[in-house]
Amino acid sequence: MKLVRISCAPIQPERELAALAGLGGGALSSFTGIVRDDGGVTAIELEHYSGMTEACLYGLIEAATARWSLLGAAITHRVGIVSVGAPVVVVGVASLHRAEALEATAFLIDRLKTDAPFWKREHYADGTAKWVEAKASDDARSNRWA
Amino acid sequence: MKLVYFASVREAIGVSSEQRDVPEDMHTVSDLVAWLAGQSEEHASALTQQSRLRFALDQNMVAVDAILGNAQELAIFPPVTGG
Repeated sequence: MKLVRISCAPIQPERELAALAGLGGGALSSFTGIVRDDGGVTAIELEHYSGMTEACLYGLIEAATARWSLLGAAITHRVGIVSVGAPVVVVGVASLHRAEALEATAFLIDRLKTDAPFWKREHYADGTAKWVEAKASDDARSNRWA
Repeated sequence: MKLVYFASVREAIGVSSEQRDVPEDMHTVSDLVAWLAGQSEEHASALTQQSRLRFALDQNMVAVDAILGNAQELAIFPPVTGG
């Protein structure tokens, strides 16, 4: 099972993971990214490259499935305005045993950060907004899976 | 060729996409971006520093020295920041 979903509406992590729970595996691992209150940020705004985004996320799941023995994986990512405290991304992986699910979950979120065509802008309480800069630490985390 | 812009590049140029007749002597992404930077002040401000940009040809990420070939669409954007 390979699920990719780009959502303009709020996402509920447990709903995104529900399909993975019924695959008969002994392990379901997940990562949820949440908008952080970073120095007065009230919300973030995400844009993406429609078409390329979906293909990229499917490609990451394909790569994870080739590398680990998995029963299924799902990635759901928000676009549009997302308030502080709300989920931005949910990654879930089901496998027979925990090691594969845990590693594949880390692989998927690390690679998503550096490869998937999303761009984030922070909105502040005073009405200003600023594009987020890519971080070298994200490149380092992604590269450890090379 | 269809040119597609995202995030700060889109804002600096002022449109999200445009169609341009590209000169025939453009061989690489870098050639095309350098030519495009000469098309207006807005393009220059967005595209002069190629090392700060990322590119996709027909929706596949490529390096700045990639050959244009028969690609139909070039996307130009800053490094991605999803997740």
